[in-house]
Amino acid sequence: MPGKLKAKIVAGRHLPVMDRASDLTDAFVEVKFGNTTFKTDVFPKSLNPQWNSEWFKFEVDDEDLQDEPLQITVLDHDTYSANDAIGKVYIDIDPLLSSEAATVISGWFPIYDTIHGIRGEINVLVKVDLFNDLNRFRQSSCGVRFFCTTSIPLCYRAVVVHGFVEELVVNEDPEYQWIDRIRTPRASNEARQRLISLMSGELQRKIGLKVLEMGGNAVVGYLQCFDLEGESGLVVRAIGTACTLEKLSGGGATNNAQHTANSSPSKDMKESPKACMSGCRSSHSSPVHGAASRLAQSFSVSYPTLLFSGMGSGGSAGKEAGPLKILLRQQTQTALEQREFPFFTLTSFPQGFLLHVAGVVSARSVKLLDRIHNPDEPETRDAWWEELRQEIKSHARALGCHAVVGYSESTSICEEVCILSASGTAAVLNCRFLQDGCLDVLSEHRCDDSAPPGCGFCHVPYDELNMPFPAQLSPCCCCHRTKVPDVLFTTIDLPTDAQVTGKGCLIQARLCRLKKKSQGEGNATCISNLLPFLEYELHTQLLNKLKLCGMNALFGLCIQISVGENMLVGLASATGVYLSALPSPGGIQIAGKTPNDLTYDQHVSSIQRKINDTIVKNRELYEIHITEVAEDVIGSPIPEPRQRSRLFRSHSESSDELSELDLSHGKKDAFVLEIDDTDAVEDLHSLLTDAPTPPGFYSCNTEIMPGIYNWTSAIQMFTSVRVFRLNNANLTNLGLNKIFNELCENLLKSLYFKLRSMVPCCLCRLNFTVAVPEDELIQVAVTAVAMSFHKDQTQEANKAAQAHSQMKAIAETEEQLQFPLELNAESASPLSPKGSGPQDGSNSHGRAPSVDYSSFADRCSSWIEQLRLRAHTIRRGSIKTSSSPLPEGRSRSLRSTRSFPGSSVSVVKMTPLSFIPGAKIVKYLGIINMFFIRETTSLREEGGVSGFLHAFIAEVFAMVRAHVAALGGNAVVSYSMKECVFMENPNKNQAQCLINVSGDAVIFTRESDQEGHLPQTSHPQPTEDTPP
Amino acid sequence: MSVELDVFVGNTTIMDEEVYQLWLDGYTVDDAVAVRMEGGALQVFEASMEVLHSDTMDQFRTFQMCERLLYYPSKLTNQLLFQIPPQKQAMLIERYYEFDSTFAREVLGKKLSKGTKKDLDDISTKTGITLKSCRRQFDNFKRVFKVVEELKGPLVENVQHHFLLSDALARDYAAIVFFANSRFETGKRKLQYLSFQDFAFCAGQLISNWTVGAVDNMMEDMDVDLEKDFLHNLKELKILINDKDMLDQHRNLVCAQLRGKITVFGEMEANFKNLSRALVNIAAKLTHTKDVRDLFIDLVEKFVEPCRSDRWAIGDVRLFLTHYTSTAHSLDSFRYQQIWERYMGVIKSCILKMYHD
Repeated sequence: MPGKLKAKIVAGRHLPVMDRASDLTDAFVEVKFGNTTFKTDVFPKSLNPQWNSEWFKFEVDDEDLQDEPLQITVLDHDTYSANDAIGKVYIDIDPLLSSEAATVISGWFPIYDTIHGIRGEINVLVKVDLFNDLNRFRQSSCGVRFFCTTSIPLCYRAVVVHGFVEELVVNEDPEYQWIDRIRTPRASNEARQRLISLMSGELQRKIGLKVLEMGGNAVVGYLQCFDLEGESGLVVRAIGTACTLEKLSGGGATNNAQHTANSSPSKDMKESPKACMSGCRSSHSSPVHGAASRLAQSFSVSYPTLLFSGMGSGGSAGKEAGPLKILLRQQTQTALEQREFPFFTLTSFPQGFLLHVAGVVSARSVKLLDRIHNPDEPETRDAWWEELRQEIKSHARALGCHAVVGYSESTSICEEVCILSASGTAAVLNCRFLQDGCLDVLSEHRCDDSAPPGCGFCHVPYDELNMPFPAQLSPCCCCHRTKVPDVLFTTIDLPTDAQVTGKGCLIQARLCRLKKKSQGEGNATCISNLLPFLEYELHTQLLNKLKLCGMNALFGLCIQISVGENMLVGLASATGVYLSALPSPGGIQIAGKTPNDLTYDQHVSSIQRKINDTIVKNRELYEIHITEVAEDVIGSPIPEPRQRSRLFRSHSESSDELSELDLSHGKKDAFVLEIDDTDAVEDLHSLLTDAPTPPGFYSCNTEIMPGIYNWTSAIQMFTSVRVFRLNNANLTNLGLNKIFNELCENLLKSLYFKLRSMVPCCLCRLNFTVAVPEDELIQVAVTAVAMSFHKDQTQEANKAAQAHSQMKAIAETEEQLQFPLELNAESASPLSPKGSGPQDGSNSHGRAPSVDYSSFADRCSSWIEQLRLRAHTIRRGSIKTSSSPLPEGRSRSLRSTRSFPGSSVSVVKMTPLSFIPGAKIVKYLGIINMFFIRETTSLREEGGVSGFLHAFIAEVFAMVRAHVAALGGNAVVSYSMKECVFMENPNKNQAQCLINVSGDAVIFTRESDQEGHLPQTSHPQPTEDTPP
Repeated sequence: MSVELDVFVGNTTIMDEEVYQLWLDGYTVDDAVAVRMEGGALQVFEASMEVLHSDTMDQFRTFQMCERLLYYPSKLTNQLLFQIPPQKQAMLIERYYEFDSTFAREVLGKKLSKGTKKDLDDISTKTGITLKSCRRQFDNFKRVFKVVEELKGPLVENVQHHFLLSDALARDYAAIVFFANSRFETGKRKLQYLSFQDFAFCAGQLISNWTVGAVDNMMEDMDVDLEKDFLHNLKELKILINDKDMLDQHRNLVCAQLRGKITVFGEMEANFKNLSRALVNIAAKLTHTKDVRDLFIDLVEKFVEPCRSDRWAIGDVRLFLTHYTSTAHSLDSFRYQQIWERYMGVIKSCILKMYHD
């Protein structure tokens, strides 16, 4: 009996009128945990009852404490008929089970009803007394901390990073049980909410047990997902990175992450019993294969996709892995090798942890769902994921990497077909770290490591002679010692010490493909046949857009493929940047098929000019000022049509058909776009229709935007959802693409307009999710945070070193010396860039010139002004150098006093980022993981679908805030909306929506603004979250 | 092809004051978009009409969801659904309760009932204020009236406390409640020249001088009703006109004071008895509810109009009333100084406020 849970019901307010006659309510409360229920007295005739109940005590196992939520039901007493339920509150008490998290839950919770939404509030107090349980065979894992944050949490340091943990539990979906036919929608929704809450609790407990076995005490980068498989059941699965964390005492909590929190995964991790051998376990089956396996009630089509940057195709990953592996062995006889899955869900790392990054590895497989017969043995689902992970692992090996970072998994389900996807970034981690497990290594490592900090991670981990695929390698532009690829795609955040030129921007590839409606196997085969093309085209689009932006690397790449009845929708988002270490990207050449026609030539050249202009404009916009290396012609808009292939998928041996296709592409130059080709017209269209972000706005889908450091405290998290109906039955791929593209573009435009008063600002962690909820519907949901920054870059320049905690001292000084000495392409005519371009010497200047964004249009027009600006930059550069880097953290420049004025409701900030600008996170209170269902049978009365969803999302926000406030917190970081399933039936006036959100509840404090002489530019009111 | 669903929800609720005003003014989404376009919203950010439409829809929806909370503003301050900074909350409430004085002028003194609500159509056409906006304003009046009607203590403070309004706005509401409660006649054609602000001022005078709460601050009494005893005592003032000597004496005293000071001396002297009778008769009749309702029309017909036809300047009126009030103290057998003072203080300021074209 290791725990005692105590709950007290204090009061209610704003209750709904339940008795029409008196316009009042006779409310009482049921408090339920496990199978025990307590009741308060009835508080008659009041909409603001004061129960002030005794302490209800539940004596329970800690296993139950972890699994079960505390369930509070508010009812209206009725003497003659059954009591009417007003609504419920589920409280996850997990945060109370760890000594370091919250100690009490106390506050006002919205009373939620799945049919009516929020109906008043209830004030509740909850405490837990835990007794120590030393039983070694216990089933509980109390005290293991969970973090959604995909980096080492800010006030902790990682002693050991143990590695990958995963688990999944399955159950029948209550909505599909026979009983659902006779119970009310409310009962069914509540059964579902409760079940999912129980399953998440169980999942966490099980993962916690794994972590304890490994010797860890926390899970970082915890990612939990639901698969609503419909008839075949409900799957809740989670992955994360097990760590041993140590709380940092006091001081520099804001800037600890990179300086103190180095981590060293230990090798003595426990091997899971089902561990399989290293090496390529080929799980790839051709469609034909899959059909055969139908016998086993499970149709499985899996085809490998290996995406990476700057590398051509051709070779099969599997074949070339051999020689490489030997090479790898020489380098690293590491603990990682012994692991089943050397995966890390983290996306940013302590300094020195990440040695090299090779590129994105991803794998998808198409499965036919079957009924899960025994919920306790979810073997099939486990096996599916294991297969996929093995594939990822072998892809990583083929790239000469022993680890996968920024790893994530996702599914898309339509009827009985399910696409499982896994992706990550193949990387080489510091083997010293892995072996020694000793913290002092960090300093040593800095001195003797051969890779310079700013560019080391770009260096290819494979040997040039033993490349797994033809790729274009060139010497590193920073250190000139090692080879780098010409483009780099990753799923991780930009490493903190990376040297970046200019700013970054959001790059999206969008694609729709029609598909025949079909059932079962046929459907699965059809989808798996389409997938490679979809992925290939997304990739082409990404690369083209990247070039159009004048950039050479993608971070935070996330490719989603959603399946619907009659189409597949692909959306790839990433943040493009110009990595100083990588060569300058080439241009895009347009070619026509009938070169002798004069008008045609004109047409071609006009498009060509348009593209060239766009590149020049984008470079200006993102402040990418490069001086070309003399012998390289890369900067030229019209590169020599040599074979510089870069974007190809590699295929495993099993998909012969695909390899062929690949080869044919390999013969062409990927960047010569032939406009006679319909595909190319499409590409071109999508290239040129992307509207630039309006002045003052930047956007990215990563944690931080390179080039912007001086955030103000004004942040605004938002969720926006759009559903588009395609009424036209005879759509072509082309038309569909156009619609989808416009949908996304218009959504972005709306966001910019909405947030216009926050300018200058950056939309960070722009997270798009697409779904095809019905036949002719496309749903796009976006969650992101808009953060204002001070536009005065002059002031910032000096502060940048201090302001941006993640900027490393050495890198900074180096960068300061790299201001350009001459004018370059941007000021000259785009037609003759060669003349002005080539200068030797430094190749980048890292900081934005001291101009504010608004003046920038004038800026490019004037040659003289250019000169002046350069001078300015140079002058400033020297000031910067003398001021010497201060690795003190962003604290210095961002202080601002802030008080929350006297409202009875405390302000809770929400952000998808892991930090809050200008603030210090002092405590993590626990994970927030909530699942809500809302249903209505009076859709029109609630303002139609928009009114319904608007209210629901606002309610979800409110409930998250209330839970955080009750834990004593004032913010949620790493917030994400992982699921938003919306279904409607306008004819029946009905709609239903499911939302799953998660994040970390934290307490933050503002640093007082005493020394920081902030720019006098518009500084938002300290008390206001939104712009004035 | 159409956008079926389009929502934007911020953790901090985004509300544009300009759009809020359009919503309050009862614009439809399309009309509001048109107004915003004219206002140049498109130039900012090269926004397309779709963008503007989507933004307007979102905000209108938000306001609609907030409206329920605005009915009882204290709810807005401790609700959890929308995270709105306190200054914004104050703005939302204040704007929601603001009204068009032309509208208020129409409704002033009418019973705030369903019957009146039907007249809103006419008022809407007459004033050019949208019906939706009229409804909101009318419902606000009614709601405030209902809440405050039965409450003890000072009217203005009650309004302020329950509806979290600014002082000025709370005073206006107090006037509306007061007029609605006493049902003063304001609709007659002769009163049409008076604005809402004129009446609001008079209401303020009446509230602070003639109600029960005015004399002693006994909290158990209400501010909405005029003090019965006082009205009853006003009858005693009749002596000023019934007693011939006193009337003459009063006139002489006033004439002595005003000689050479006002331009209309002759007219004043000739008219003194009529004017005095008018004022005292008004006082004496106030015991009947019906006559209380006619207070303003009486003042206009019996005092304002005669003076105006004789072309009294406002300064003349002021001087006359000042001395008319003060000289009564010198009348030997006049014993109702206090009541006189209390009565005339209000009458004087009301007349002065009402004395314009």
